[in-house]
Amino acid sequence: MGNGYAVKNENFRSWFMDKLLMGLSWPEYSRKLLTPFNVIAAIILSIGLPLIVLRFVDGLYLVTHASDDYPWGLYLGWGLFGGVPLSATGFVMATAYYIFGFKGFRPIVRLAVLTGFLGYLFAVIYLLVDLGRPWRIYYPMIIGFGTASVLFLVAWHVATYLTVQLLEFSPAILEWLKSRRVRRWATMITIGMTIAGIILSTLHQSALGAMYLLAPGKLHPLWFSSYIPTFFLSSAVYAALAMVIVVSTLAVRFLRDKAGPTFLGSIDRITLGLGKGACIGMYVYFVLKVIGIAHDDNWGLLSTPYGYWFLVEILGFVLLPALIFTLGVKMSSVRTVRFGAFLAVIGIIVNRLNVSIVALNWNLPHHLHHIIPPWREVAVVLSIATIHILIFRWILNRMPVMREEPGYEDH
Amino acid sequence: MDNEHRTDKEHEAVKNGGGNSDCKKRLTLTRRGFLGTVASVGGAALISNAKEACGYKEFAGYPDSFGCLTDFTRCVGCRSCEKACNEANNLEKPQVPFDDKSVFEETRRPNAHAYTVVNRYENPKDKSNPIYRKMQCNHCKEPGCATACPIHAYSKTPEGAVFYDESLCFGCRYCMTACPFYVPSFDYWSALEPKIVKCTMCRDRIKKGGITACAEACPTGAITFGKREDLIKVARERIGKNPDKYVDHIYGEHEVGGTNWMYVSGVPFEQLGFPSHLPTTPLVEQTKGFLAAVPVVLTVWPALFGMCYAALRHRNEQDKQDKEKEASQGKEEMKNG
Repeated sequence: MGNGYAVKNENFRSWFMDKLLMGLSWPEYSRKLLTPFNVIAAIILSIGLPLIVLRFVDGLYLVTHASDDYPWGLYLGWGLFGGVPLSATGFVMATAYYIFGFKGFRPIVRLAVLTGFLGYLFAVIYLLVDLGRPWRIYYPMIIGFGTASVLFLVAWHVATYLTVQLLEFSPAILEWLKSRRVRRWATMITIGMTIAGIILSTLHQSALGAMYLLAPGKLHPLWFSSYIPTFFLSSAVYAALAMVIVVSTLAVRFLRDKAGPTFLGSIDRITLGLGKGACIGMYVYFVLKVIGIAHDDNWGLLSTPYGYWFLVEILGFVLLPALIFTLGVKMSSVRTVRFGAFLAVIGIIVNRLNVSIVALNWNLPHHLHHIIPPWREVAVVLSIATIHILIFRWILNRMPVMREEPGYEDH
Repeated sequence: MDNEHRTDKEHEAVKNGGGNSDCKKRLTLTRRGFLGTVASVGGAALISNAKEACGYKEFAGYPDSFGCLTDFTRCVGCRSCEKACNEANNLEKPQVPFDDKSVFEETRRPNAHAYTVVNRYENPKDKSNPIYRKMQCNHCKEPGCATACPIHAYSKTPEGAVFYDESLCFGCRYCMTACPFYVPSFDYWSALEPKIVKCTMCRDRIKKGGITACAEACPTGAITFGKREDLIKVARERIGKNPDKYVDHIYGEHEVGGTNWMYVSGVPFEQLGFPSHLPTTPLVEQTKGFLAAVPVVLTVWPALFGMCYAALRHRNEQDKQDKEKEASQGKEEMKNG
């Protein structure tokens, strides 16, 4: 009996080392953790996490830039409005591969779905830090239904889509756990989940823009437009393609040993393909933006200070990366396409921050005088972003995302 | 002197005559039709939900709802309204007393400790005679805050007030983004029970037949309480009798579909910090088109993308069959050859 216990214990030990410590022993594993990146991460977390705790002791004012006139700061501007379009990766790549049959993208689909899933998860975490009473997060689902509210739609969709994406990613988790039978069930719902993902994503990506339709007197006319839901959806599509390039570039750069030969062998070709898609998407978006100006006849506003900033956004962060993509695709230069992708991703964040922070309340007397966020808000944002990266790395290190698990068929 | 006397009388008339008779009417109505109201509210809730789902519902505002009219030509900046509001709503006493005029040095806004504030603006017509503007929730007929709220924590009450229910709120603050008048404020200093703070239009006092504390306290008759329809008439009359004194604009009559708190002024409203370029339709109209597209996406997308997938599978199978055929043909040719 004692022997049986010992065997069980030994089994658990080897499972633990295999699954969680990547096959290393404790001392080996902890020694491996001592890297410059981890030290910086630890420093950031040691400042940010106590601040999050203090928020629940002393109040939201401690960690937020938000005020009565500016109800939303970086948590939503960066985390939710910036994070969600960059997390359209799962829906865009799954649609391209499963529905439209772009079979060449197969090696990258899992990475895209994981990027999407974690992106939404962390958008919700940013929201939880920002909410006055986060423990009531489920209220729109059970307690009160604000059916006329666009945010009601966003709440339902983000919650549902988070579940859908977890299911979409579950085959990787189940292969890691070697749970063959459950994995078979999980792969049977792939197509259903992908189509659900398209519906939910089209609606809530555009709904995030539609939220600002309620602020016609507050949002600068160059950014306020009846087209804003279309702007948000259309930019999310190219954002997703650019984000997949960015994430795969970083993953190949820093976690090359976790990528399989198929992934490494096809990543350049895939990057060029994604760049081509992103390029087309960006020209479409650029034309839409120009039509938006024409529709509201806002040409005159372009020669105002806000107009200059608007031009920087659509020329420097939309048209320029689109041209870089064009050049990269024409020359088959992976490096150029990657450079364009980084610029495009930054451009998306610039646009969402413009809508949620820079151009909102533009007509208040002292607008932009307090644009620099307080260090505490920045520290909390950095901490959440750090945890995001750590969890991403933790999963890539262990689960078959950029490689194939031998013995499992495609799905 | 004569002018002042008349305005006071006019004020009293609306306050007493209008207010009291309305209250009586309302009380009898409440007694008589209580059960009927319960039934119709229940029925209306069902029907209105169904209508809302279609995305098109016209709401002209509650008839006989109350409101206030603030006349900036009468306000002298004594802050009696701020004091009365603070007391009537049991708010925290401010550090600077209410008779201290130094607060006018900066522009204030309603906050977690004050439902209403008065600000001072320069009078372009007469520099020695500044204009004072009282600010509080305007109690829109179809409020943007209520449209924004994902949990339905806001409701427009038949009495006219826009009511906020703290017990439903999770503190997302979308109502603050949506409010065109920068009214709702948030209690950022409460760790575990932060809530939205805004004017309630003394809902409980009105229900008991009273008038708002600020209107009652105003010594110059700058705040007139009454039925919204009556207030518009009063405002028109004042502008009509003194076209030189007033600008020809009742702020709140049409802004974002109309508000229950309205204003008349001697100078254009944008000079007093009022948002000027607001639509005349309620904010809910802005998002109706978008929400109407939701059912379309929900039904058309699965069909469309399901078809795409079906076509893809069909082509794959066709390719497979063609290949098999070719292979078997090839074999036969080999045999024959």
